[in-house]
Amino acid sequence: MEQLRKEIENLREENAKLRSQLSESKVNNESLSLTEYQRYGRQMIVEESGGLRGQLELKSTRIVVVGAGGLGCPSLQYLVGAGVGHIGIVDNDTVEASNLHRQTLHDTSRVGTLKCESAKQKLNLLNPFVDIKTYPVRLTSENAFEIFDGYNYVLDCTDSPATRYLVNDVAVSLGITVISASGVGTEGQLCILNFKNQGPCYRCFYPTPPPPNSVSSCSEGGVIGPCIGLVGVMMAIETLKLIYGVYTIENFKPFLMSYSGFPQQSLRVFKMRGKQTTCKCCGSDPKITKETIESGEINYTEFCGQRNYNVCSADERITVKQYHSEYIESLEKDHILIDVRPSHHYDISHFQHSINIPLKELKNMHGSLDKLKERIPQLQENTNLVVLCRFGNDSQLATRIFKDEFKIKSVKDVKGGFFKYIDNINQDIPKY
Amino acid sequence: MVKVKVEFLGGLDVIVGKERIHKVEVTRDDGNAVNVGDLIDYIVAKMIKEKNDVEVFIDNGSIRPGILTLINDTDWELEGEKEYELDDGDVVSFTSTLHGG
Repeated sequence: MEQLRKEIENLREENAKLRSQLSESKVNNESLSLTEYQRYGRQMIVEESGGLRGQLELKSTRIVVVGAGGLGCPSLQYLVGAGVGHIGIVDNDTVEASNLHRQTLHDTSRVGTLKCESAKQKLNLLNPFVDIKTYPVRLTSENAFEIFDGYNYVLDCTDSPATRYLVNDVAVSLGITVISASGVGTEGQLCILNFKNQGPCYRCFYPTPPPPNSVSSCSEGGVIGPCIGLVGVMMAIETLKLIYGVYTIENFKPFLMSYSGFPQQSLRVFKMRGKQTTCKCCGSDPKITKETIESGEINYTEFCGQRNYNVCSADERITVKQYHSEYIESLEKDHILIDVRPSHHYDISHFQHSINIPLKELKNMHGSLDKLKERIPQLQENTNLVVLCRFGNDSQLATRIFKDEFKIKSVKDVKGGFFKYIDNINQDIPKY
Repeated sequence: MVKVKVEFLGGLDVIVGKERIHKVEVTRDDGNAVNVGDLIDYIVAKMIKEKNDVEVFIDNGSIRPGILTLINDTDWELEGEKEYELDDGDVVSFTSTLHGG
């Protein structure tokens, strides 16, 4: 008994010593504790890391990561593992089960919790010597300056053009170098922006935003976990190189890396244009400044635009409840259900009684009834068509095409689509 | 006539029969050197099967914003854009900018 008490006492003392070492070490950027020498030994003996000097550089560096998703998770993991001293994580999303195949810091038990907190919890276990601050907010024109101020680097791991322009503009204004990457499907891209305030920025590469209907997100276009993961890991490598001082004003050449996972994995490095003197953000006569951003004069949502799906009138739409009670259950209304999702979506899960005509195929028929009848042989002038897609957006566009181009009279769009039907009516249908 | 390789990356292959790499021969009636502008006209006239897909590639008479054009792995802005005169063996790549993360 006495011995146990003594052991506990010893452990307590040791624990307190480690704790004080840890908190001391977190504020001390000028030296490493003995445990840190051990922890970082394997990377410090790589000559390119700059040894002790490089490790101290990492320790004193402050990095803010915007987005703790498919790119953010792998890059955070390696940067924290490497001993970057101070990390900020900006994300107001919560973990969903459909994130877990690629967002490797989160796990099943964290579903429903904040991504930034979930990431912090895992990262604290990985390396308690790193100081991690979370920002459970959406990055906006109002809060971005306050959040970014004081950080040395920004990692853009976001998922929409509007946020990408915002991250860029604020970083340029504060003189911060950005490591920017993106990915969808089996591909990814990566570049370094505003390098030491001399390199090109996002607006130098993309002065005009893409039309909103050409932009695909991971939830929409899908994404292979390791493909985007690899790009996130590459972001960590570029960040370490920046901190180690591998890139200099003299040797830095603007580039864009392009990764393809399929059919054969390949990584291309494209040589890119330099800083554009005409750039509205980093050029010689910038219109985008702290003042114009914070005042809201630069309107990111307006600049990037939004897709307009609301092209059907109220009487052209029915709810999933109406569809279920009036069309399926009562068999009251004879109808043909057209599912306009891409066929690889349809193959995962669908209504047995539906016909799959993807929106793209429908558009390419250019209103030819003959072509449509090849796909719907039983189609008559008075046929009732009901149109369905995943979320109820594409089905509205398709409803317009059926009515305006094919001149079919009775066409109804199902509001909220297949997924809404699953949520509200029948949760036994697989939802992906 | 020039023989060049054209690549459609970042998902842009959907407009050209889902093939990423195409070998094409482009000629000009007036016998002048074929430039990238001619190649773009050729792509629109001969390679994009569905006319609905042209707007994915062209906007306001030029390459749509959000598509990067590269000549031999170099941003076309550094190479003279549409005026760049093509040689046999040149590789012209079009890649869609990605936004997911």
